[in-house]
Formats: sequence, structure tokens, C-alpha cells
Amino acid sequence: MRSRRDWNRASLGQKLAAAAGLVFLHAPVWVIVLYAFTTEDRTYQFPPPGLTLHWFEVAFARDDIWAAMRLSLVVALAATAVALLLGTLAAFALAKREFRGKESITLLFVLPIALPGIITGLALLAGIRSIGLEPNFWTIVAGHATFCLVIVYNNVIARLRRLPGSWVEASMDLGADGLQTFRYVLLPQIASALLAGGMLAFALSFDEIIVTLFTAGHQQTLPIWFYSELFRPRERPITNVVAVVVILVTLVPILLAYYLTKPDEQGPGS
Amino acid sequence: MTAAIELKDASRAFGTVVALDRVSLTIAPGEFFALLGPSGSGKTTCLRLIAGFDHPDSGTILLDGEDVTDVPPYDRNVNTVFQDYALFPHMSVAENVAYGLRVRRVGAAERAGRAREMLELVRLGDFGDRRPGQLSGGQKQRVALARALINRPNVLLLDEPLGALDLKLREEMQAELKGLQQRLGITFVFVTHDQGEALSMADRVAVFSQGRIEQLDTPRGLYTRPRTAFVASFVGSANVVEGPEAERLTGRREPFAIRPELIEVIAVDQQAPSGAISCTGTLEDVLYHGSSSRCHVRIDEHTTLAVARAESVAGTPLPPQGSRVRLAWRAESMVPLQAG
Amino acid sequence: MLRSLSTFFHGRNAFYIALLLAPPLLWLGTVYLGSLFTLLAQSFYAIDEFTAKVVPELTLKTYRQLFTQPANVDIVVRTVLMAIAVTIASAVIAFPIANYMARYAGPKMKAFFYVGVMLPMWTSYLVKVYAWRLILAKQGIASWAIASLGLERGLDSLLATPVVGGPSLASSYIGMFIVFVYMWLPFMILPLSAALERVPASLLQASADLGARPGQTFRNVVVPLALPGLAAGSIFTFSLTLGDYIIPSVVGAPGYFVGMMVYQQQGTAGNMPLAAAFSVVPIVLIALYLSLAKRLGAFDAL
Repeated sequence: MRSRRDWNRASLGQKLAAAAGLVFLHAPVWVIVLYAFTTEDRTYQFPPPGLTLHWFEVAFARDDIWAAMRLSLVVALAATAVALLLGTLAAFALAKREFRGKESITLLFVLPIALPGIITGLALLAGIRSIGLEPNFWTIVAGHATFCLVIVYNNVIARLRRLPGSWVEASMDLGADGLQTFRYVLLPQIASALLAGGMLAFALSFDEIIVTLFTAGHQQTLPIWFYSELFRPRERPITNVVAVVVILVTLVPILLAYYLTKPDEQGPGS
Repeated sequence: MTAAIELKDASRAFGTVVALDRVSLTIAPGEFFALLGPSGSGKTTCLRLIAGFDHPDSGTILLDGEDVTDVPPYDRNVNTVFQDYALFPHMSVAENVAYGLRVRRVGAAERAGRAREMLELVRLGDFGDRRPGQLSGGQKQRVALARALINRPNVLLLDEPLGALDLKLREEMQAELKGLQQRLGITFVFVTHDQGEALSMADRVAVFSQGRIEQLDTPRGLYTRPRTAFVASFVGSANVVEGPEAERLTGRREPFAIRPELIEVIAVDQQAPSGAISCTGTLEDVLYHGSSSRCHVRIDEHTTLAVARAESVAGTPLPPQGSRVRLAWRAESMVPLQAG
Repeated sequence: MLRSLSTFFHGRNAFYIALLLAPPLLWLGTVYLGSLFTLLAQSFYAIDEFTAKVVPELTLKTYRQLFTQPANVDIVVRTVLMAIAVTIASAVIAFPIANYMARYAGPKMKAFFYVGVMLPMWTSYLVKVYAWRLILAKQGIASWAIASLGLERGLDSLLATPVVGGPSLASSYIGMFIVFVYMWLPFMILPLSAALERVPASLLQASADLGARPGQTFRNVVVPLALPGLAAGSIFTFSLTLGDYIIPSVVGAPGYFVGMMVYQQQGTAGNMPLAAAFSVVPIVLIALYLSLAKRLGAFDAL
């Protein structure tokens, strides 16, 4: 018979299982990082015969990598900007008030991430071609903006829904009109959600491959460069180096976004 | 004298639910007015219409004689203390209180001065730099009060202001609110479901039920002369006797109310005093309340009367539970009620 | 004045919403929905066998081709089976982790685990796929581990098994299966742990009080209450596996999957209608799965 105290203690087996699961999730990424330092460049030999920073030098000298990285950055910034604007507008419209057709519109705002990327990608390609265009820089941005919009929307609307309706009423009661209420009361509250949504959108766009393969013409974003390298037998460690860079570039916004949206703020004043 | 607030046939429905049904009332300037009723009775909807957070489907709202039905809340000379206080967590206490001035573009120095003034009025003068999250419930409420009063409104609306406070604090705040209103001289309108609160604080009370005002009267008037069965039982929990039972006791079919403290319990074979109405029944249970006891006597299959009995030093003890007793009361103690 | 503008909108709910919603709705409507409809339309066209050009006439020829050619049907079946297998495996593996997170971890540990699950989830998809390629490669970690444990013979026979095997670990169904499970595991863990967290401890205590052993409590109380979370997580594992085309090509056995077919048909084969028709299959399947999941309460657990 377990004593009262044991109710909330996991058995050793359970703890090990949970820990093992966590290690399983992280190990492959550590592997990549390890391989970025290996001296062996032809195979994936394990354990690595030696460690070196040589590949980092080589990678940083490669122009095509820098070009791809630049493109990815620009696309991510542009897509995030569009997403922030459109996503916030949508979140405000759909947060609390009811209207006819609200459910269908809410569904529409879930579709871009609910449907598999390949469908989104193919659909966008079909759409692009149907108006006589070919994939180019702007089509990449448009594709990314579409699901980045949804990410921002999700973040902002979650925050808006947690705001007590009485705050807006209190602000208006005290003499602030709609715009002033937005500026003084709402904006400070959603600032963290906006930032978090923007960061997640940026990370998502920077890393996107599935849809981008359809919407990019001859352009190479970093993921596209990476994908084409996957099948090249040579210079594998350079690919690893780029992988490490990608991990770092996306890690920072993700962590920041997490800390911004953790619901541990001082509770609302009531 | 123009009424401070007037509602004319205001109606509001949410889908199929009728929250307010052609409600009219007038509140005089300087009055401490209560909107009383159970939840869903329409009292909060009424308050929100006055504040401007909601728009009536029909009817008009007038403030100081002016039609404000279509005027947004920020242009009405009315301020509200919210049930959840609605203090902005990203601003300090002083900034919260000064908010009303800030949106009217009053200068920073003047804002700070007046905010301090208001905080001292509610005895929180040194709390300006704190954050709402650091305050207790009672303190938050006083900040909400200060914030609502800084614009010097003609009318202050309070939505169940004391509901979240514990008993002792509630009694303190009741006295404070009453004192504050008398000092400021402005009209207070507050919403509550607690009839004791309404009776003790208000000059006049409107009793709401199912979207309508059942009775609008002074506290004493509501208590001693309830007009309907609902008011009689909601305010002071009077006994309500209807239909055939009423006929048996009084000879008339009209329902009547009788307050528990006006009924006397005597021995079953004792003679009732002359001029009194009496009946017999079984003493079902006795609840001891310290200074008084409350017992329930079943006089027939459908009717149980509640009797409140003050304990006095020389009082006779009640017969044991289950025994037959006689109840008696003066004919004048009965209050006739509107049928239906 | 801005104030009068605000007052204008104050009573006019519809105007306000319409104004706010117009830009994003326009965007999603034209860019996204428009494209989806174009795709759908394409699936009702057919490719002329001789000119290899798309004939813009409505026809069911492409769909007929999709459903009658046994090779195509094979592809769909293979993809669905993999999706189901991945879903089940993810649920089983996710459970201990989610359970620990929800019920036994203290607040700090919980946050640690949450970040620990979230980070791999948001790490670059390609990087993760590539990592597994390294691990499963002929001289990679997996081979090294198997060799050190002396299990080469076991691996060979596993690879020789018809359904799960393949030429090498890095191009076999079992390899693909492992990668899929790895990729979508966080998507299963998070909703599951949220659902498990919502199970009040008092229920488990009541169950024990009434005489149930831990295993029985688990089966009769925990699992049914965790079902919405499982359903929610399964939406991701199912639909993500169904539509994926990169993992099968990077770590895949020779057999085709729906996603790969779509990619190949629109690319080298130039048969957009067939690609479109193939892509309608996951859409329909996912829609069906979503309605099933909704019945199980998944939408409340998201």
C-alpha cells in the first residue's frame, strides 16, 4: 500500500522513461553539431576521427551560402512585417465580438497551418501560374506571409482573449475613445504577444522548405540550398556547419518568444 | 428639478432572452440608489445602459435631462466602479487613478496632484507608486473608486462593489461608501443581489425580477409594504400565503405576506388574543441564531410558515420539535399582495 | 477628429469588424483560397496524352486514373498505413513523457520539460531530417551502435523483411518510420500533457480509494480522460505524415508516397492535373479524420 506521500512521486522507471524521451528528442540535433566539427568529409563515420574548425572557415568563405542566407533573412523580415499587420487586424476583429459567419472565418484562419505544406505549396504554384506569373522573390514572400499571418494571429488573439472585457469598458468609461483605449490599454498588453508572434513567424519563415520549394523560382533560400546539398556526396561537413548556423539563428527567436508568452506575469489588476 | 438619470421604457434582449422589458425609472440628483435583484433579473443590464456599455433595443436614456441613448461612454458624465475593479496592471496605482485626466490631455503635473488628492480621499495616499498586483481586494476597490471619481462625474455607478469582500470588510466599506457619497453629494447608483446591503445603504431601491421593476420604494417601504409576493420573499424573507390557504385564514382569496417576527407561537390549546388571526400547526424544526431563533411550522400540506422569535430573559421555551403549536398574529400585520 | 471617427464606429459593430477584417481576409481569400480553388479546378482537368499539355476541359479522367491504376492505389494505401502506424507509435512513446510532465513534475521541472519538448519542435525541419540521414547512414551512429552491440545479423534480417525493410537503414520503411515518429513526437506530447494535466488528482485518488490497482486506474480513468489530448495530437501526426514528401525522398524506401507523387507529377512529369488529384486525397482524408477527431473531443484539447 503506497503511503499518502507517494501519490505525487513518479517511480524510477517513469522518470527514466521521461528522461529517455527527452534525450531522444534532442540527441539528433547534438549529432549534427558534433558532425560540424569532424575531420572526415566523405562519409558519416562515427565516432568522428578528429575534430576541427576548418569547415567553419570554408563555409564562411562560400558566396552561395551567404547569398542564400541574405535571401532568407530578407524574405523572413518581409513576410513577418506583412504577417504582423494582417494577423493583428484579424485578431482584433475575431477576438470577442460575435457576428454571422464568424466560425467559417475562424476556420479559414486555421487552414494554412492545418493543411499539409505540400498542398499549400502546390496550390500557390497553381495560383501563381494561373495568373500568368512564374515563381519569384515576391511569390516566396507571399507564401510565407500567408502562414506567418496565422502564427501572429494565434498569438495575438490568445492574448486578447485573456484580457478582461471590463478593461476596455473601464477605459471608455473614464473618457478614452477607441483609439486612445487601443494606445494606452490594449497595445501595452499585446506588445509581448506581438513580439512573440513576430519572432515565431520569423523563425518559421527562415526555416521554411516545404512550401518554398514550390514558390521559389531560381532563387535559393538557405533551406533550399540545404536541401540541394542533401543529395551531394561532397563537402558534407559544410552542410553541417550551415545546419549549426540555422539552429542558432532560429533558436534565439524561439526562446525569446517563449519567455515573452509565459503566463506568469503579474495577474491582471483584479 | 431635473432627474439625474432617467430611463424611459428601456428594453434590451439578447437573442431570445429578454434582459430588460420596458423599464422606466427616475433617479434624483444626490440620491444613493440601489438596483436590487437576483442574478439575471436585469439590474446589471440596466446599469450598463446608463453607463453606455450597451445600447437599448428601444427606449431612451437621459442624463440631466439630455438624451444620451446614442452617446458613447467616453462622452457621458458618468463613471463606473467595476465588479472586478478593472485596474490596468501595466500602470501604477497613481497612473491608474490619473487615467481619466490623461485621456483628456491634462498636464502631467496637474494629473499627479489630483491623483494624489483622490488617493487621500480613499485613504491610500502613499500607495501611488505601487502596482495593482500588489494590492489587497479592499485596496483595489478603493483605487477603482478614486479612479472613477477623478473626473468629478455627476453620477457614480457601482457594479456589485462589495461582493468580493469578506463580511467584516464589507461592513466597513458600506459605511465608507455611504459617508463618501454624503460628502461628495453626487448621485450613487449601485447594483447588488444582497437585500441587506441595499436596505442599509440606499435612499431608494428598485427591485428587479425577470427584466422588470417589481417595486421602487424606500427601504422601509419595501420591507413593511411589499407589493408583490416576489418582493415580500426577496426582501426580508417574509412568509407569503396564497390561494386557498389565504382564504381559510382570512376569508379572502387575495394573497398576503406576514413577517416572521410578527407571528407568535403559543400553546396549542391556548386562546389567541382577541382580534388576532390564528391557526395550528406542527413545529418542524428550530434553527438557533444566537439572539433569535427561527422555526418552521407546517400548518397544512402545502404551507409552512417561518417564525422568528427573539430570545429574552423571561421568555418561555419552545415546545419540543414535532409537537403541535398555535400561531397567532394581528390582522394589521398582514400585508395584502398583488395577485399573480 | 479621430474621436468622432471612433464614435462613428462605436455603435456600428459591423462596420468596425468589416474594416479590420478586410485586409487579412482579402489576402487569405485571394492568395490562399484562390490558389486552393485553382488547384481543385486543375484536378478536374486532364492531360492530353499526345501533346502533354493540360486540356482545360472539365473531366473526371484524371480521378479515374488515380483510382483505377493499381500502382496509384498502392501509393495511397501505403501512405495511409504509414500515417496510422506513426500515429500509434507516437501516442505510445509520448505517453510516459507527457504523463511525467503533467502529473509528477514540479513547476520548475515542468517548465524545463516544456522548453525541452518545444525546442526540438521548432528546430529546423530540414536540419532534423538531415540529422537522421547522418545517424542512419551506412557508417553512421546507428550502424556503429548496432555493430558494437553485435546485432548486425538482426539488422540484416530486419531489413530483409518485406514490408518494413529496405536496401539499407537509411532507405527503408523502418528508417522512415523512425524519422516520422521523431519529427512529430512533440506535436503529440504537448496536447497530451495538457489533457493529462487537466485530470484532477482527486479522481485518481477516488479510484484507488474504491479499490482499483494502478493499472486499472490507468486504463479506466486516465486513458479515457486523456483521449481528447490523444486525438488532438493524432491530428498532427496523421496529417503531417500523410502530406510529407521530403522525408520519404531523403530517408525512403523505393515505394512512392502520396506527397512524393504530387511533387514528382507537378515537376518532372508536368502532369499538374494528376498532381492536383493526388493532393485532393490527403485533403479529403484529413477532413474525415478531423471530423472523427472532433467527435473525440480533440478540438477542445488543442
